[in-house]
Amino acid sequence: MPGTVITYIVRRLIAAIGLLIIVSAITFSIFYLVPRWAGASPETLANRYVGRAATEETVKLTAERLGLYDPIAVQYWNWAKGVVVGAEYDYGAGVERCPAPCLGYSFITKQPVWPELLDRIPVTLSLAAGASILWLVFGVAIGVLSALRRGSIFDRAAMTVALAGVSLPIFFTGLISLAFFSYRLGWTKPGGTFVPLTDNPVLWAQALILPWITLAFLFSAQYARLTRAGMLETMNEDFIRTARAKGLKERNVVVQHGLRGALTPILTIFGLDVGLLLGGAVLTEKTFSLPGLGKYAVDGIVANDLPKILGVTLVAAVFIVLANLIVDLLYAVVDPRVRAK
Amino acid sequence: MTAPLEVEPGAATADPEAVLKGMGKIEGRSLGQIAWMRLKRDKVAIGGFVIIVLLILMAIFANLIIKLIGHPPNQFNQNLIDTVGGTLAPTGKFGGMSWEHPFGVEPVNGRDIMSRVIYGSRISLLIAFFATLLSVAIGTTLGIVAGFFGGWVDAFISRLMDIFLAFPLLVFAIALAGVVPDDAFGLKGDSLRIVLLIFIIGFFNWPYIGRIVRGQTISLREREFVDAARSLGARRPYILFTELLPNLIAPILVYATLLIPTNILFEAALSFLGVGVRAPTATWGGMLSDAVTFYTMPHFMLWPGLAIFITVLAFNLFGDGLRDALDPRSR
Repeated sequence: MPGTVITYIVRRLIAAIGLLIIVSAITFSIFYLVPRWAGASPETLANRYVGRAATEETVKLTAERLGLYDPIAVQYWNWAKGVVVGAEYDYGAGVERCPAPCLGYSFITKQPVWPELLDRIPVTLSLAAGASILWLVFGVAIGVLSALRRGSIFDRAAMTVALAGVSLPIFFTGLISLAFFSYRLGWTKPGGTFVPLTDNPVLWAQALILPWITLAFLFSAQYARLTRAGMLETMNEDFIRTARAKGLKERNVVVQHGLRGALTPILTIFGLDVGLLLGGAVLTEKTFSLPGLGKYAVDGIVANDLPKILGVTLVAAVFIVLANLIVDLLYAVVDPRVRAK
Repeated sequence: MTAPLEVEPGAATADPEAVLKGMGKIEGRSLGQIAWMRLKRDKVAIGGFVIIVLLILMAIFANLIIKLIGHPPNQFNQNLIDTVGGTLAPTGKFGGMSWEHPFGVEPVNGRDIMSRVIYGSRISLLIAFFATLLSVAIGTTLGIVAGFFGGWVDAFISRLMDIFLAFPLLVFAIALAGVVPDDAFGLKGDSLRIVLLIFIIGFFNWPYIGRIVRGQTISLREREFVDAARSLGARRPYILFTELLPNLIAPILVYATLLIPTNILFEAALSFLGVGVRAPTATWGGMLSDAVTFYTMPHFMLWPGLAIFITVLAFNLFGDGLRDALDPRSR
């Protein structure tokens, strides 16, 4: 059997790499084509990098050097080559090195994008890790309890709160809790004070506790609803009746048979959500001013810095594809039927 | 659980002799009638529906209502701002709430918050509705085609959905909304932003509906009534539009209703991040974004936040009720 597992893993890995190439190509074309359709010319694009005061000649020269006149396929090829072997940019004031993996080079800050992204990944990672553990534990626990005591006061109260939770935008609950807990009561530190875990775990947690709870509240609401629906469906299945009939304790029936069936779809969504979050918890990071990937993307957009935006989008896509891959592989380990397909 | 289908208490005891005894005639009910009866009994869903209707009316007649209030959403009321203290907060208690300005006024420039919230409903609902319509149109078409034809068509469309789902949606949307200049595609100003947002939001949400429609189509394709139609010589378009589509309307309707609140949150998020409809046009997300710097004045963030919450909640309540009514197993 291990042979089939390895074949499956290799096949999935190849598919994931293929998916990333397609996603990067589409991202690249959209970001290079949409401004053109909207009326921007290579000169106006180059203009951003040399400043408004530059002469027409400099602008043209810069556009030429950056390859903005090249067809889209050539531009994508150069960019993809840069990811693998690095690239050199000559924008007039000297040659700039962008070592591999060169995800782009910001001509506004005159910095390669990748090292800046690397600096921000720990912030987003910390945020996503803490929040996802919280919401998975609370969401699933509340969902299971609600399903088992269906119609009880607990179920009704939990589902009402959950419905309210899925109807609230994070930037609203985040702002309210920030205004109340940080500024009014002073219990937590206001946003923008990220401390790496390795420096000081207490300060790290203190700066992140509010974003964690706010984020986890919204996601818990969604997961509680999903788990409850899944549990209700699974507990009506024949194999649950069989499990009960053969005299298993109710606890074992719920945990080993009911929960196992109900959790598989939840895991898929969990993988997707964590992947999305790692790719940039844009709203949370913006609300709490956390210097993560999402904030980087927003800053890039405000400055109209295309290479930055492209870089973040790609890193985000990598996270999503990776998260999906891990979920698929876990499935294959847990459930042999998946491998056969 | 299965909800009882009858309303009259007398009819609840199903008695085969009922007709003979003359207790009343037994009528057949269509699935739509049964669903409508279930929905009517769901007070919460009806409550949600009433709020939705009121919100739509508010959005349509926004200009009229604002005229009645007498404070245009972009009118500055500098006389209501406390310029002495240096905070530029509104004069008076609770952010300048009064009969004249029931929700108070904004700090710094004193714009009437109530008018702005009312006007914001317009942008929010308009974008959410049309974006949903676009997603449903693309998702239904591709989903039905994939499910019905199978083979390489299905494989291609399914991979396409995988690719779309692998896109970091929000990052991508803000980036895309950010790179388009203010004057493009022959449009400019608010109308350009609105059309752009409809396309961005609608274009990236279709795979969710597409997957559901594809799954339903596959399960319907092998059913007897489709076989019957085929053996009677029905052509593919006939089977697609007359046999399959009516059976898909229920799930499409439910997911469309539940997609609208997601899209409202999406639009608010884009406006909050500053890539939505541009200032000074009032949007709920934009108002919240303005409120960030004035965290000491919570009223300023409260009203637009509540507006988003109530709208999204109403759609969720109605959507949940609709799903329960159309598919009682899902409760």
